[in-house]
Amino acid sequence: MLLPRNIASGLQSLFRRKQVDRELDDELATYLAMAVEEKINQGASPEEARRAVRLEQGTVEVAKEEVAAAGWESFVETLCQDLRYAARTLRKTPVFTIVAILTLGLGIGANTAIFQLLDAVRLRSLPVQNPQQLAAVRIAGGNQGMGFNQDYGDLTRPLWQEIHDHQRAFSGMFAWSVSQRYTGRGSQMRHFNGLWVSGNFFQELGVRPFRGRLLAPKDEGPCPNSYGVASYSYWLRELGSRDPERGINLIVDNDPVQIVGVTPPEFFGMVVGDSFDIALPYCQPQAGLRRDIFEVSVMGRLKPGWTLDRASAELSALSPGIFEATVPPGRDTATTEMYKHFRLAAYPAWRGVSQLSASDYTSLWLLLGITGLVLMLACANLANLLLVRGRTREREIAVRQALGAARFRLIRQFLSEGVLLAAAGAVLGIALAVVLSRGLLLLFSTENNLPQFDLSLDWRVLSFVGSVAMLTCIVFAVAPALRSSRAHLSDALKSGSRGTTADHETFSLQRLIIVMQVAISVTLLAGALLFVRSFRNLVTLNPGMRERGITVAFLGYWQSNLPREGWAGFQRELLEEVQAVPGVQSAATTTRVPLDGGSWEHDIRVGSVEGTSKFTWVSPDYFATMSIPIVTGRGFTSDDKASSPRVAVVNQTFVHRFLPGIDPIGQTLLTIVEPDYPATRYQIVGVIFDTRYSSLREETPPMAFAPATQFPAQGPWSNVVIDSSLPPETVMATLKHSLGAKHPDVVMEFHDFQKQILDGLVMERVMATLSGFFGLLAAMLAAIGIYGVLSYIVVMRRNEIGIRMALGANRISVLSLVFRQTALLLAVGVAIGVVVALATAQGAASLLFGLRANDPVTFLGASALLIVAALLACYLPARRAMQVNPMVALRYE
Amino acid sequence: MPDTQGDLVQGTLNMLILKIVALEPIHGYGIAVRIEQMSQGVFKVNAGSLFVALQRLHRAGFIKSEWKASENNRRAKYYVLTEHGRKKLGSETREWGKQVAAIARILEA
Repeated sequence: MLLPRNIASGLQSLFRRKQVDRELDDELATYLAMAVEEKINQGASPEEARRAVRLEQGTVEVAKEEVAAAGWESFVETLCQDLRYAARTLRKTPVFTIVAILTLGLGIGANTAIFQLLDAVRLRSLPVQNPQQLAAVRIAGGNQGMGFNQDYGDLTRPLWQEIHDHQRAFSGMFAWSVSQRYTGRGSQMRHFNGLWVSGNFFQELGVRPFRGRLLAPKDEGPCPNSYGVASYSYWLRELGSRDPERGINLIVDNDPVQIVGVTPPEFFGMVVGDSFDIALPYCQPQAGLRRDIFEVSVMGRLKPGWTLDRASAELSALSPGIFEATVPPGRDTATTEMYKHFRLAAYPAWRGVSQLSASDYTSLWLLLGITGLVLMLACANLANLLLVRGRTREREIAVRQALGAARFRLIRQFLSEGVLLAAAGAVLGIALAVVLSRGLLLLFSTENNLPQFDLSLDWRVLSFVGSVAMLTCIVFAVAPALRSSRAHLSDALKSGSRGTTADHETFSLQRLIIVMQVAISVTLLAGALLFVRSFRNLVTLNPGMRERGITVAFLGYWQSNLPREGWAGFQRELLEEVQAVPGVQSAATTTRVPLDGGSWEHDIRVGSVEGTSKFTWVSPDYFATMSIPIVTGRGFTSDDKASSPRVAVVNQTFVHRFLPGIDPIGQTLLTIVEPDYPATRYQIVGVIFDTRYSSLREETPPMAFAPATQFPAQGPWSNVVIDSSLPPETVMATLKHSLGAKHPDVVMEFHDFQKQILDGLVMERVMATLSGFFGLLAAMLAAIGIYGVLSYIVVMRRNEIGIRMALGANRISVLSLVFRQTALLLAVGVAIGVVVALATAQGAASLLFGLRANDPVTFLGASALLIVAALLACYLPARRAMQVNPMVALRYE
Repeated sequence: MPDTQGDLVQGTLNMLILKIVALEPIHGYGIAVRIEQMSQGVFKVNAGSLFVALQRLHRAGFIKSEWKASENNRRAKYYVLTEHGRKKLGSETREWGKQVAAIARILEA
């Protein structure tokens, strides 16, 4: 068989149909003519001859059909025919078509938008060479909160060096860390996302320069850095696209840095959703590397043949030596022993790292599930519409069957309509998704964080759309196609035939659809209520302190040439200046701003009880500024000086934990030694009411406060909380102006405390907003579905109702006839929905706050809401049934 | 009049057509007549099956066609065997001979 010729000939008959047809016509005509001639030669009359030939050979048309149907192209042709016919039919009912395409488009669009986001944050690999070879080295189980921990920091730099020098599993290793730093001086200061890297970072990743050169091992040297590399977006935005060859000179952290190159546009660093601005090489500080700052992430490319397990085993074997050699100084024995027993392991790193937590991923997957269910509801409505359409076209179908159309062809015909609708919906969906996914990002954005994701349509997104469209098509088109093609010929052909009672088989599918719709909507509504109520619980939670009208200022003065001894004094000076600004009622410094996610704790001993407590050093007005009431004892005063005895104020949880049943005032607590924080004995002088600490979700931990003057690790910075009757924006502008004029070299950043707390709830807000929206949408879709089906049933049963009324049924009994129909379907649907929702809600339990996943109020509420919507939806058809005029209805018989 | 489709062993129509086309270039009706004559009326081919078979053989490249004037001055499509078709006919004939002989041995046993 010569395939090319077959295809060519097939294509020829497809595209030059007329010519091919004519040729066949001619050939057959010749054939018949010859046959007739032969008969005449044998002595038959022309009439007889023609008749005989026809009888013998069958009609020319049948022969043509047979020839045409023999090639593969005939399949394509009938397919095109079906599609053309479907398009014509759809054009004839534009309202149905538009509604169907819009519904599908919205549904597919919403699904795709969320999938795009998931794809961008979760499924895509880093835009570097062979990302699948990348693995990260971390301490199995984490470092248990030892030392200082930076974002994405797994190991210390001494650990990185040890690993680099001893490992055998990786063909190459590199390290990186991120932190926000400042460019420029004085009022020109702006912060940037810094990416600190080992010299071989770009080579190992296989990133090529977009301009100039990238960093190389030779750039690692003693601090300060002298060369840096800009990201494409930063280069475009802040550096005016200048040519690095001609020298781009910046001040970074007070030292001159030359930007020698630009990374390609697709490279955003290692943190998905948070592009770096400037990459700088690690430098060797004069004082040596610290062993207690967990700041670097260590990654490498596995050697060929090495799996993660094998690498982990190898790293684990090396661990004792590596940790022994890098013990952080100044810890107590228990901590040191714990450190020496850490074990390293290798983890996959082809996706890079993300600022989203595991629960954020759960939320995103959940959202995808929610939109998927909404799409299914929409499909159910479409299936219903198609079923009804099928009923109205029963006669057409019966006629076609009578004329010999095979059931298979009819099914194909109906499916073509579905395929067309699904395809149009998919196209519209992709267009919508492009817009929706960007809108979704805006929902996720907060005051100082606009996530940057690559939302381009990749093959994963497109195949997702494809499979969703196909699935929807199957869901909404197959059942009606099967059903409609099974018309009862004789019944349907009888004009105006209409069963006098409800034909159970006909409606059973529609009933099933209603039950499913109700069940899905109850599930979605219950989920929506859970998330909305959980969000409400968080927002209305009383954290035990003031949120409104508090401005948080971060003041940094590492650029002023103050000696270390001058920092504390300068902090007091700045605080006094803040307090003197008109409109400021009170202000206080604190080493930790509450509810910002951060934490600082010390191991302590109270009497014989050991444990940990959060520690914050605050200036005297802190409790007043934050409106935290004092239960007993006193707060701090200006008499608590650096030289006076060490005193502490603790919270109620601290007392319950460490001093149950004892009067806390006058008791002492002892902190365990840590570098910069000598072991200190504090006398408790006061107790405050409990407040939340690092986040609203966390239960209040034991907390201790000490006077700012006694802070042993004062740095060149301070946080100031400011209470003012003026709006925060005004306060910020005034402070920026008055402080900025006087201290041009002080870095200043301001936040609205309340906004910052809300920004911390962004995922909860998104979940509440979207699940609420989709929940309502689901209820609406279900109501529309119920309305549609009941209206249809009422129309179909009009005769029956008419007869019942003629026989004396009153309006109420007719009404109850319709409502009974709905009530049963509703009851079954709600029951299924509640069960499904209860089961799925367990999986989302960790995302909820302040209510359990099986919260009865929520489930009752969701069921009630849906029942009300459903009854409303069935009221209109019921009223129509009540108004049936028996005479009119009966006359149709 | 036996139903040719039913009586012809599956696939033999193709072989018969190839054989007849191999003798000389011939048009569709000629093929039908030849099959009937040469089988002495045992096989009759109707237009439908004939042209489907011709189309298949054409597609497969065993025969080619051209329009020519017929013996009594009609325009007719003449089929000619290709080299490919000749080989096919050879192999089909050998295969057929083997099968017939085998069947005969079984039936005579």
